[in-house]
Amino acid sequence: MRKSTKLGLSASLALAIGASASFADTVKIAFIDPLSGPFAGTGTNGLHQYEFAAEELVNKKGGVLGGDNFEIVAFDNKISPKESLIQLQVAIDQGIRFIAQGNSSGVANALTEAIDKHNKRNPDDRVLFLNYSAVDPALTNDKCNFWHFRFDANADIKMDALTDVIAADDSIKKVYIIGQDYSFGKAVADAAVRFLTEKRPDIEIVGNELHPIGKVKDFTPYSRKIVSSGADAMITGNWGADMVGLGKSVMENGYTGPIYTYYAAADGITAAFGEAGKGSLRLVAEGQINPPASDAAAAYYTAFKAKHPDGNISQARITNVIEMLAKAINEAGSATDVVAVATALEGMEHDSLWGGSLKMRPQDHQLIQDVHIHAHTNEGITFDYDNSGYGLVAESTVKMAAMDSSTTCDMKRP
Amino acid sequence: MDLILVNLIDGLVTGLLLFMLSAGLTLIFSMMGVLNFAHASFYMLGAYFAYQISTYMGFWAGLLIAPLIVGIAGAGVERYGLRKVHQYGHVPELIFTFGLALLIEELVQYIWGKNHVAYSAPEVLQFTLFSISGNAIPAYKIFMIFVSVSIFIALLYVLTRTRVGMIIQASLTYPKTVEALGHNVPLVFMGVFGVGTALAGVAGVIAGPVLGTFPGMAFLLGSIVFVTIVIGGLGSLWGALVASLLIGWITTFAASYNVGMEDLLTLIGFTKPEDLSESALRDLWTLTLPQIGPILPYILMVLILVFRPQGLLGKRDA
Repeated sequence: MRKSTKLGLSASLALAIGASASFADTVKIAFIDPLSGPFAGTGTNGLHQYEFAAEELVNKKGGVLGGDNFEIVAFDNKISPKESLIQLQVAIDQGIRFIAQGNSSGVANALTEAIDKHNKRNPDDRVLFLNYSAVDPALTNDKCNFWHFRFDANADIKMDALTDVIAADDSIKKVYIIGQDYSFGKAVADAAVRFLTEKRPDIEIVGNELHPIGKVKDFTPYSRKIVSSGADAMITGNWGADMVGLGKSVMENGYTGPIYTYYAAADGITAAFGEAGKGSLRLVAEGQINPPASDAAAAYYTAFKAKHPDGNISQARITNVIEMLAKAINEAGSATDVVAVATALEGMEHDSLWGGSLKMRPQDHQLIQDVHIHAHTNEGITFDYDNSGYGLVAESTVKMAAMDSSTTCDMKRP
Repeated sequence: MDLILVNLIDGLVTGLLLFMLSAGLTLIFSMMGVLNFAHASFYMLGAYFAYQISTYMGFWAGLLIAPLIVGIAGAGVERYGLRKVHQYGHVPELIFTFGLALLIEELVQYIWGKNHVAYSAPEVLQFTLFSISGNAIPAYKIFMIFVSVSIFIALLYVLTRTRVGMIIQASLTYPKTVEALGHNVPLVFMGVFGVGTALAGVAGVIAGPVLGTFPGMAFLLGSIVFVTIVIGGLGSLWGALVASLLIGWITTFAASYNVGMEDLLTLIGFTKPEDLSESALRDLWTLTLPQIGPILPYILMVLILVFRPQGLLGKRDA
């Protein structure tokens, strides 16, 4: 009798522990991006934004599925596609169902292919790919698959928005295109030529040039060509040291027109330009930081700065990834049945923390969102970058950019 | 025609900057007989020290103090590092300087982070001095020319017209004899190393605001400095000057003119294939001068090594 009571007690205890353990489950998201090497700064900054978004937007609001918390698990891929595939396998082996990656389209291309194969072969532990930054158009066109979702506007959408603004400006008659000599630089140049000739055939493209990536010590000769071509505006996809070098050099050597860029902000670039960039640097991106779209956005940014005083919210879309994933998991009623989660994500409409609405296009899993042209300035800045007093202010907005653009994606659903 | 003049000035700036780096390197080479791989790292340190000082005391204090600190650091490296390694031969010395370069880069990333720092030219020099048909020549560029030329003249004067210079030149060629005459040759070597690195420091201080101050700046300039002293002739100060200016002008002019391989090939009688996408020589036909500009100095180096191994003005074999 006493023996059976003991057994019953321990059994009910075990049950209770088991129940509470399943109650406090965590939904793990693997963050696979560079955390060492030359791009570690960008990767680490992104990781902080993910951790903060998961904590503030999900865990503090009661989690998903009635109490499950989000947990970001970081994996260092050293920005190498090969290393990323190893880390992907490690993440899958740990039972993680959601993979977030963004830096480098080369890595994203490798990951999306590997995930597609993995999901075909292992229907029991499928994973989803949340691409938050890789902008190669192919990922949602020829190379699209059901498991890949892109939360950033792709390179073509951004160029479409950028050329809308250029086309509306009658004072621009001559445009100079310059970029780094590799796939992304070429994609930007091609898109620029395509959209400009379509929207404003009268604009003359006075220069279309590629320079060696990361090899140019002094951009002065390039600046001389740009100045003497008489360009009213220039477009560049340059990033990192090549962006700072080119931008500083053209400004010093007498170029006064606007410089339309993709990546001329944060990670030290805003601080490096400072006063010199004011009035000329423009940047196309989603996510409006200044003026803050709402009190909620301002409060979120303030709280982020309190936690990471040296950090920037340079990738506003990360909050969209976290919020939309949480919503999809709740809708699907499961964090392990990724087909249900993906189906919930498809076609999902959502209001972004940074203003505007979002729609995950079901045909190609490209998030359609507002794209802004930002100006680098120190006026009207609520939240600066690099603690420099300078930041980005949204100047013009293309609502739901490229909503009806065509896609070559032929998606096979499970 | 106007653009040629502008390019001449731009090339002169690049060349003189290169000279400040290669002058120190070539002096150190004639002294130790090995290349100092960490030389460009001292250039980077100069920029970062000047940036740090400029945040407290302004640009001009940085210009004076930063090279001094870099020079002292360089002398310290010679006294407590290289001199100890020297007895084991040239290869350990090379490896030592190579390791030092990596160490300095990591150190810079650790202290100042991996991003660009906001180091810029002083307000008083941020204006356009004059323009040549729309091409602005910033005052800061002229200031750079002024600084490098004065340093070259001062260096030349000290080396050729003073007693100190005589002793240095003698110790470079006949260290044993000079030592026998009662001079402290190790001290001379330490001094030369210190001055050489300080020169690199000056280059960093004045180049930092224009070329950007970031952890990759040493790597970006490092290889081209070696090319410069090989072309000029290892150990020759005049050679370093000639080679620096040559490289400055070559790279500037190459990047400025969109001469394509197409023009060249048509000129010597080839006809362009109708459909390039099918042609095996597609890449050759679409090549332009700005694309190959950055590798021209390396081609020049190979040619020099083949036809004149001692370099343009060098006296010994490389």
